[in-house]
Amino acid sequence: MAKKVLVAMSGGVDSSVAAFLLKEQGYDVVGAHMKLWDYVEVGGDIYKDGRCCTIDSITDCRVVCDAIDAPFYVLNMSRHFRDTVIEDFISEYDKGRTPNPCIQCNSNVKWTEFLRKAEELGCDYIATGHYSFIEQGENGRWSIRKGVDVTRDQSYVLWGVSQDALSKTLMPLGGLLKSEVREMAHKYKLRTADKAESREICFVLDDDYRRFLIEMAEKNDKSYVPGEIVHADGRVLGQHKGTAFFTIGQRKGMGISHPTPLYVQIIDIENNRVVVGDNDTLFKSELVADSLNWIAIEPQSEPFDALVKIRYLHDPSEATVIPQGDGSVQIKFKDSQRAITPGQSVVFYDDQTLLGGGLIVS
Amino acid sequence: MKQIYLDHTATTPVDQEVVDVMIPYLSKVFGNASSAHNFGRDAKVALENSREIVAAHINCEPSELYFTSGGTESDNIALMGVAQKYKSKKHHLLVGATEHHAVLETAEFLHNKHDFKLSVIPVDVDGFISADSINKLITEKTFLTSIMLANNETGTIQNLKPLVDATHAKGALFHTDAVQAIGKIKVDVKELDVDLLSLTAHKIYGPKGIGALFVKQGVRMEPLFYGGSHEKKRRPGTENIAGAVGLAKTLEIAQRRMDADHAMLLELSEYFIAKVKALLPDVYLNGPMTNRIPQTVNLSFQGVEGESLLLGLDLKGVAVSSGSACTSGATEPSHVLQAMGIDKVISQGALRFSLGRSTTKDDLDYVISVLPEVVNRLRDMSPIYNK
Repeated sequence: MAKKVLVAMSGGVDSSVAAFLLKEQGYDVVGAHMKLWDYVEVGGDIYKDGRCCTIDSITDCRVVCDAIDAPFYVLNMSRHFRDTVIEDFISEYDKGRTPNPCIQCNSNVKWTEFLRKAEELGCDYIATGHYSFIEQGENGRWSIRKGVDVTRDQSYVLWGVSQDALSKTLMPLGGLLKSEVREMAHKYKLRTADKAESREICFVLDDDYRRFLIEMAEKNDKSYVPGEIVHADGRVLGQHKGTAFFTIGQRKGMGISHPTPLYVQIIDIENNRVVVGDNDTLFKSELVADSLNWIAIEPQSEPFDALVKIRYLHDPSEATVIPQGDGSVQIKFKDSQRAITPGQSVVFYDDQTLLGGGLIVS
Repeated sequence: MKQIYLDHTATTPVDQEVVDVMIPYLSKVFGNASSAHNFGRDAKVALENSREIVAAHINCEPSELYFTSGGTESDNIALMGVAQKYKSKKHHLLVGATEHHAVLETAEFLHNKHDFKLSVIPVDVDGFISADSINKLITEKTFLTSIMLANNETGTIQNLKPLVDATHAKGALFHTDAVQAIGKIKVDVKELDVDLLSLTAHKIYGPKGIGALFVKQGVRMEPLFYGGSHEKKRRPGTENIAGAVGLAKTLEIAQRRMDADHAMLLELSEYFIAKVKALLPDVYLNGPMTNRIPQTVNLSFQGVEGESLLLGLDLKGVAVSSGSACTSGATEPSHVLQAMGIDKVISQGALRFSLGRSTTKDDLDYVISVLPEVVNRLRDMSPIYNK
């Protein structure tokens, strides 16, 4: 009997083609759209195009599934998403960190709750439209390798996926270029062929996370406390409306005038201060990370060299990863890196293969 | 794979007899019923004949019946239309806690955006409302009470007359959404003594897009739409003649079959409930065993999510619904079951099986044969179900 796979469909071209390819390969395909949030909760304009979780994108998924003769369902996971991803997003900013909600979503919603739903439906696998390969290595571990189209690589946000979950995951687009995927969508007349993609935070519709934090705070009778913006040399330069509205390396939106450009260096929540300084002082060669998850390799106890990436749009840089024995790692870069940001993820690669990752603490 | 449709409370296929009478009005008799010429007159005659038939079915005057696009529109016109008319004198309305969203959300809109005062009438564990509950909430400022005749999720048939009396005693009007009752049980506006009543065709083997609103002679209201004198200005827009003809035929057939259908559906649903309960532990019927529209069977399967069960059954070719079709995608368990005070966890495991004219014992036996496998698989995976 054909293996059954639940394809996570956003309404975009990638997941549409993923579903199509799996069907071609003989899988028993079921399409599903995760409804993760609602406009009533997160604010924003219901009539804005091009996002997942809108009625229009659900319709797109439905039409694509109909075209490939696959059942399609909307899975309501909004409560789960709110309790994990959105809560974490808000509380991380409260802690002076800069969260990456896509990673939380992958680790705690897609590869947990969605996988559970798939198993409930009697599916053997889940599948996504990521441009990566999933392979089992000689050591028996499941790894994620960057796809042929490295410009579409999203492995950075996949470091938190468990081994068990990876063993049940298919990513059929690993061997394709984005242009080929679009071509294929055109050829087979999938209606999502020309859809634009979005890379922003899906539940912050206007890309203004500060507006989002303020609205959510108002709903919860919470307020952000104003404080001082100070120079690293001790001078008070101005006022801020809450430390949550800042991220390391930020230059704009501080409302202070200074003869030289200033950048956020430290978010000091204990003293409710934002410390700023020159660009040079943003460069550091070390970081500490915890909450580790190992992908291609067993949990390590000895130092090893790797290519290390500290944010989504960062070129992997040479470094040594030094396990600390307490579950955290210290990372020493060959060259110092700009704006190492607590709350962001640090991910280790061996060439194209994802070895593991963690959350930056300091 | 077998395909079994058990979602007749969401909608039904159109009876062939209804299709046949509609066809000429989609092609040959195409005139605009408001036109003065012969083409218009033919359409107008069909419209008025249909109005007479529908009016007779609910025992009102044809002049008291207004065609609309269906239940949601009828509910909207009733609530908003009366509210607009009365707002200078009265500003309070009462709605049942288990109403369809067409009533609830309209009432909330009046409350949130137009400063009307809104009271929600509580229901008991089977979904029934007592006249006492109305007496506690109603005031001299109340202009309208809206309570459905039969509930779409549980099939609960409300005993309306005492509720209407309690409402009239304070000088307020009474509206009922009879969408799930019409054609299935006797609906007589004079016996019920209601002032406004909503009905639709597609729940009883008629076409989608046609319904009606009964407005008792003397009730004053504002229209929702403007743009013509159709339906005596209460619902302007070129009349849907084929729809009206279809609605009339739908009700004729429903009248003719009512007793036989009722008996057949009662027998089948009782058989189904008994079988499922015998096969699986921890299954509960939501709503009453009697005073229920027999086709609507709402069962809770403890320890599973209704949504997961629905999808599992769909993959076996069985079409059912969790909650109402209009709320799929909602985060919270059904507002109807919550209002009935049913435990949240049990509400989440609720599934609505709704039988219809074409349902056979064989169909139900097939469902009964696949249901345990799906339920047991979900219960095995459930973190909250203790075997």
